[in-house]
Amino acid sequence: MTDTAPDIDRDAVPKVLRGVRLHDDKVRRKIVLLAPERVIDLDPIGLAIMQQIDGQKSLRQIIDRLASLYDAPAEQIGDDVKGFIKGLVDRRILELKV
Amino acid sequence: MNVPAPIAMLAELTYRCPLSCPYCSNPLEMAARETELSTEDWVEVFEQAAALGVLQLHLSGGEPAARRDLVDLVAAARTAGLYTNLITSGLGLTQKRLAELDAAGLDHVQLSLQGTDADMADRIGGYEGGFKRKMQAAEWIVDAGFPLTLNVVVHRQNLHQLPQAIDMAVAMKARRIEVAMVQFHGWAMLNRGAMMPTRAQADEASRIVVEARARLEGQLVIDYVPADYHGDYPKRCMGGWGMSGLNITPDGKVLPCHAAQTIPTLSFDNVRETPLAEIWYHGDVFNAYRGEDWMQEPCKTCDRRKLDFGGCRCQAMAIVGDPAATDPTCIKSPMHGRLQQLAQELSADETAELVYRKSP
Repeated sequence: MTDTAPDIDRDAVPKVLRGVRLHDDKVRRKIVLLAPERVIDLDPIGLAIMQQIDGQKSLRQIIDRLASLYDAPAEQIGDDVKGFIKGLVDRRILELKV
Repeated sequence: MNVPAPIAMLAELTYRCPLSCPYCSNPLEMAARETELSTEDWVEVFEQAAALGVLQLHLSGGEPAARRDLVDLVAAARTAGLYTNLITSGLGLTQKRLAELDAAGLDHVQLSLQGTDADMADRIGGYEGGFKRKMQAAEWIVDAGFPLTLNVVVHRQNLHQLPQAIDMAVAMKARRIEVAMVQFHGWAMLNRGAMMPTRAQADEASRIVVEARARLEGQLVIDYVPADYHGDYPKRCMGGWGMSGLNITPDGKVLPCHAAQTIPTLSFDNVRETPLAEIWYHGDVFNAYRGEDWMQEPCKTCDRRKLDFGGCRCQAMAIVGDPAATDPTCIKSPMHGRLQQLAQELSADETAELVYRKSP
């Protein structure tokens, strides 16, 4: 773990809070995240992470799944995934179930 | 210029409201019930808005719950693909109605707060017993599972309650709180003497917000609209005129912002006569202050013009008398000193009485 990586328990399960959903924006031709009074643009990595969050898989499982999908080392993408999730937890878009 | 599609639409379903808040953003001249758009009209507007690119729909008023067809309107908006946000005083919401709104797909509720106790809230809202009913509604909203945002308008008379308002939001399990220093448009223009915060209060509010944001990270999101008469630079009003949002009045007029009718030279198109896309892209009103061509000095050559788009056109109209002038909040405006002096004088007014909003 690097110094900048947020400290999240890898066994915690990220869950999308009510009132938050992915939306296929046909006018702008992209998938966006709709939340209370927010429209959040997702880059391809953010979208890939969001699509793995199902309220069942732990952070560890999500990282492993993305590592195998994108053929990348889990250690390498782990901090990115944690940083993305921590940012959305702080904004009350996701919650972590421990 | 390349005009982006709008992201957000504020639908003012009615101007009727049980409260009489003296800072109401509605215009002084309000359309009566008989002129309100019908259910079918609104459904058509929602479909056009979604096709145009609107993602977020804010159902507001007046009090939107005063519309008997609110549940049908929410259902139609969701069917059209819009994210639905109900902006309410809580009055007129029962457990039964909230269950119906839930079934209709309502995404989020924003509840207004006039004060943190009945004395303050009922005095500012001009409605005896309103606070008690609002607190009951808040409980029902959270019990029904809706994400809740509290919206508190802060001014000279209630600023001391801001810390309690933030505590209340946490206790109510609200996900967000919007702390808005009173914005002087609409009815608030009649109450500048009674509501203008002092400079010290404006600074105190900012300090409270910064402290609470750090303390409540991950628990409560705090959005903050600072006091602009006391600012040094203008707000990024509406993200630029005609760039990201639009507003529909109860009788179908389409505005770039809720205060735009204070600019007397503008003549507004109506969804009853013209398609929304035509109004957004080609309407005179939306093109009047879009982009930079309309700008005067000092905005015209200022590096900040891409950050704040020259500020608020309605404030330039209200204070300078010219809607194309630099927002006087800006330190580069020749009227900035005058605005600061005005803010100081108004905040020291000890005799001004509240002028309450009257429903149409």
